[in-house]
Amino acid sequence: METLLWALLLVPLAGAVVNVLLGRRLPRQVAGWLASGAVALAFLIGVMATLRLLALPAEERAYVTPTLYTWALAGRFEVPVSLLFDQLAAVMVLVVTGVGFLIHVYSVGYMAHEPADYDFRRYFVYLNLFVFSMLLLVLGSNFVLLYAGWELVGLCSYLLISFWYTEPQNAAAGRKAFVVNRVGDFAFALGIFLIWSAFGSVVYADVFEAVGGVAPATLTAITLLLFVGCTGKSAQLPLYVWLPDAMAGPTPVSALIHAATMVTAGVYLIARASALFAAATSTSAIVAWVGVLTALFAATIAIVQVDIKRVLAYSTISQLGYMFLGVGVGAYTAAIFHLVTHAFFKALLFLGAGSVMHAVEHGAHHAGEHVDPQDMRQMGGLWERARWTGITFLVGAAALAGLPLTSGFFSKDEILAGAFLEGHVLLYGVGLLTAFLTATYSFRQFFLVFAGEPRSEAARHAAESPRVMLVPLAVLAVLALGAGLVLGWPPEHGIIHTWLEPAFAVAREGTKAEGGAGLSPMTLLLISSVVALAGAGLAYGAYVRKAVDPAALSVRFRPLYVLLWNRYYVDELYALLFVRPFFGLARFLADVVDKLVIDGAVNGVATVTAGAHALARRLQAGYVRVYALSMVLGALLVLGYLVYWGR
Amino acid sequence: MVPYVAIAVLFVLSTGVAVMIMMVGSLFGPRRPTPRKLMPYESGMVPVGRAMQRMPIRFYLIATLFIIFDIEVIFLFPWALVYRQLGVFGLLEMFTFLALLVAGFVYVWRKGALEWE
Amino acid sequence: MERFLAQNWTVIQPALFLVFTGLIVLLVDLWLKEEEREWLAYFSLVGFGGAGVIVVRQWLAVRGLETPITGFGGMMVLDTLGLLFQMLFFLVGFLAVLLAPGYLTRRRLQRGEFYALLLFSTAGMSLLAGAQDLIMLFLGIEVLSIPLYILAGFARPRLDSEEASLKYFLLGAFATGFLLYGTALLYGATGTTAFEALRASEAAAAPRENVMFMAGIALLLVGLGFKISMAPFHQWTPDVYEGAPTPVTAFMVAATKAGGMVALIRLLYWGLGPADDVWRPLLGVLAAVTMTWGNVGALLQRNVKRMLAYSSIAHAGYLLIGVLSGGVGFVAVLVYLLIYALTNLGAFGVILLLEDGEREALDIESYRGLARFHPGAALLMSVFLLSLAGFPPTAGFFGKFLLFTAGISAGLTWLVVVAVLNSVLSVFYYARVIVKMYMQEPVETPAFSRSWLVAGALAVAAVGVVLLGLYPTVVVRLITA
Repeated sequence: METLLWALLLVPLAGAVVNVLLGRRLPRQVAGWLASGAVALAFLIGVMATLRLLALPAEERAYVTPTLYTWALAGRFEVPVSLLFDQLAAVMVLVVTGVGFLIHVYSVGYMAHEPADYDFRRYFVYLNLFVFSMLLLVLGSNFVLLYAGWELVGLCSYLLISFWYTEPQNAAAGRKAFVVNRVGDFAFALGIFLIWSAFGSVVYADVFEAVGGVAPATLTAITLLLFVGCTGKSAQLPLYVWLPDAMAGPTPVSALIHAATMVTAGVYLIARASALFAAATSTSAIVAWVGVLTALFAATIAIVQVDIKRVLAYSTISQLGYMFLGVGVGAYTAAIFHLVTHAFFKALLFLGAGSVMHAVEHGAHHAGEHVDPQDMRQMGGLWERARWTGITFLVGAAALAGLPLTSGFFSKDEILAGAFLEGHVLLYGVGLLTAFLTATYSFRQFFLVFAGEPRSEAARHAAESPRVMLVPLAVLAVLALGAGLVLGWPPEHGIIHTWLEPAFAVAREGTKAEGGAGLSPMTLLLISSVVALAGAGLAYGAYVRKAVDPAALSVRFRPLYVLLWNRYYVDELYALLFVRPFFGLARFLADVVDKLVIDGAVNGVATVTAGAHALARRLQAGYVRVYALSMVLGALLVLGYLVYWGR
Repeated sequence: MVPYVAIAVLFVLSTGVAVMIMMVGSLFGPRRPTPRKLMPYESGMVPVGRAMQRMPIRFYLIATLFIIFDIEVIFLFPWALVYRQLGVFGLLEMFTFLALLVAGFVYVWRKGALEWE
Repeated sequence: MERFLAQNWTVIQPALFLVFTGLIVLLVDLWLKEEEREWLAYFSLVGFGGAGVIVVRQWLAVRGLETPITGFGGMMVLDTLGLLFQMLFFLVGFLAVLLAPGYLTRRRLQRGEFYALLLFSTAGMSLLAGAQDLIMLFLGIEVLSIPLYILAGFARPRLDSEEASLKYFLLGAFATGFLLYGTALLYGATGTTAFEALRASEAAAAPRENVMFMAGIALLLVGLGFKISMAPFHQWTPDVYEGAPTPVTAFMVAATKAGGMVALIRLLYWGLGPADDVWRPLLGVLAAVTMTWGNVGALLQRNVKRMLAYSSIAHAGYLLIGVLSGGVGFVAVLVYLLIYALTNLGAFGVILLLEDGEREALDIESYRGLARFHPGAALLMSVFLLSLAGFPPTAGFFGKFLLFTAGISAGLTWLVVVAVLNSVLSVFYYARVIVKMYMQEPVETPAFSRSWLVAGALAVAAVGVVLLGLYPTVVVRLITA
């Protein structure tokens, strides 16, 4: 098991290293398949490890490798480098490597048109590095290793967002992601420091065991700090602003990092530290509220966007909000379940969007027309021209909308049911409203892209994507369609529940009290179905039947529309509140403080040291007699001190 | 400090005597200088040429080597005196010492440091 | 015969091994042609390796012992501290030999004496590491120094090399005078030269009552201070390091400092331990002066070897913190010296790569745009310079960390503050070279000569610097085990 886990971690890293070292000598296709192969191998290893875990009794399914070596050592502070593989880690590993593999394969096709071999290789090196980092994040057996993985995935994300760095706006997007994430990471680091000072250890097992012995206020502080870290990485209010801009990266990257895996790290962290969060009830309430408000907030924005990837970006933020709602109300299993299904259908949607863009670009090339391949207003009628993409996209949209029996339906409903049954009726209400909006915008998107007549020459000449891109789409579509039924049926007692429940046993203690008002889970399931169908129906009515005219609505509710269109002016608000004052401060520091005070001081120091240097140089004349003299003088000083003054 | 007083007294006395003798000589002695008398004293040789004469560098090399080996051979004398007390121990020690010396000698010889031309 | 064997020769076994290897090199060389002499380098490697094996085996045997083994009437001791230092010396010697052959061949200096002298000098250090007597200390220092006087002038027709040699010799002899005089005074004050007896003497118990004893300490400190280039006895360092052939400089920077440090530790703690309130404040001040002087001197140097020489003065100052801290400080000194040796050998190794027998990359301008021509060399140089400056995650950071924590726990906070400020100052001149290599346009194609030996040494140094930065605890555990 130990070897298996280390191999699991190191195979993707080895893929990256081999590509760095040998990539130049390999044909580009080989480099791409090499990277994909590494991830496939990691997936197989992950499956093997999971099977081994399965062979154990349910309560013993947590394997900690012996410490490879102690990384940092300062006083009592120790960071053992060892891995933890339990039910939660197994789920994460399979999602990361499984979806990761499909996206690698897709990328081989998607990036084939990259002009420079160098860039093609660089892309796959980053991607492999990302998989390694993500695995480190989920496999580490303590908070510091998790933090290391956390920072590494952040780095990969930065590198990949600004992958086409020659465009200034892409570089700016990468920078924004980096800076915003640093705010969260800073809080996260503080949280880890606090864990260390409160528990005297950063190892999961030690910390979770000692939860009872720590003051509630400290726990609240720790969990709040960790959660602020999560809002950065997982794009929640108020630190979500980087994610929409992160769509500047290649589309498969958006699918892998900014939808399926990295952004769910925050959810993973809270699930991992469920013992802490369950004990800190006020933090959990905050988590739930931030989650559900983010979900609603992002869904309202998504409903008016016209950029195909931007809609998906906001929908990701919204769906992540659901997951936080889940962990906030104590429905950890449901949250992780949603994490898994979301990974499937959102990766599917992003890859589908990439395929659409690919198709439209092809058309634009053919028609000699210059269109923005991401603008849905220029599309329409693609159903005829890219049938496979359309079918798979439809599956993804249905899952996102939560149409009955799709995967998203089960997992989302479970979160809502969790909220309801724990007695949070208000949370449930907001979640349900969001579910309605979700169904509406996801089908709006589908209809805008695929239904009706082409609205541009490019769309008219669009062509289906190559098979290497379609195969992953098909696989993901099957997963997005069936995963819910396979893993989550019957509700509360599906495969995923029996698998994950032991991992959250500590956190779930005592919260099982049924506070829900009289509605059975089946009734809730029914309500969810109705809401999802209603949302989808509204989109159908507005964009296919034209029963409701969206344009007229936008005129009628113009202020609201403008507010949503401009994404609540949050970016502008942040610019006003933080960016500009900081620039002002920076300019003040640069022009006044730095030039006068610091430069003055530095130049002063420099002048003094240069003077000292000149003096030393004078003494260092190169004459032996001078040296001997200085030795004698020094000896006299030493002698004088010891013999005379020192007494 | 007491044990050193005697040394200090001796030091002062001997210096005083030497100075006194020279002073007495110059005070009472007759002075009839000739060029030959004013010549620097060089053990009876007539000094010819400048004092800063060039010497072949080989001379120094040979002289240095001579001193090194000479001094090391001097070690043999005290050793020979106490040889009987030291016994086998002394013999082994001296063989070690001589072996090192021979190594040096071989080195010097082979390097050609002993050849005049 | 029994008395001959009763001297417990094992205590000087590594030194003996080195001396015999050296003698063989010296004699075999007499019958070799010039192009065959590179074999002497390989033979010397065997010598250093063999000595290394000997000390490792001794270390394994001695580790568990309560009382250390002594020999030669208590003049030498076989303890873990001395053995660990010897391992360090032999490692440095090994790497220094790797650096040399290419340089010597290109300059037509390939002579067996080079390796023999290197071996002899290391043997001197090996003696120092176990010295338990002032006489032994003196002998060790002389055996260490005299070969170095010659090695400094090894590039003989070159004037700066000869000048370096002569300066080093004259000033070294001068310092030896202090050392001997100090030894004599201590003997006069206590009637013994053995550390154990010194420690137990009345004079050591109440040093301030005894002028002769105090003066003896002062003179010994001057003599040893010269060897570790402690201010104000450091002035020979830049001139000698600059003039000496580069492989010799590398060896001197890395090894002599270590030799001097172990001598200082032996003398101060084993010999003068009870009188520590006498020398502690003095050395503290001198350490501060040393590091500051070294860094200020290095600031505007245009010659890389000279810059590294000044930097070595500064590092001597840092090391004194560890010496003054005692106990854990020795571990810190040892680890720091190891890191420092690897880093410096690496840096000099890069300098040796950028040399073709005529041109040598000594002027800082010759590093302009190096990254363009030899990205590998530039990267390595950057790693080594960053390690010298003490940047994490290189080993240099960890070394400084160890030293400074030892200093703080010994109550030397003020000195640590000075050292940290100095480290900041030092970044300037280290980073300047990196800036030249990466951010400035090249003026000319740099000289370059490929050498597998140098590459091997560089690989060892680089791997060491990186690994010790990442897995620092491994070596600390090993030492303190």
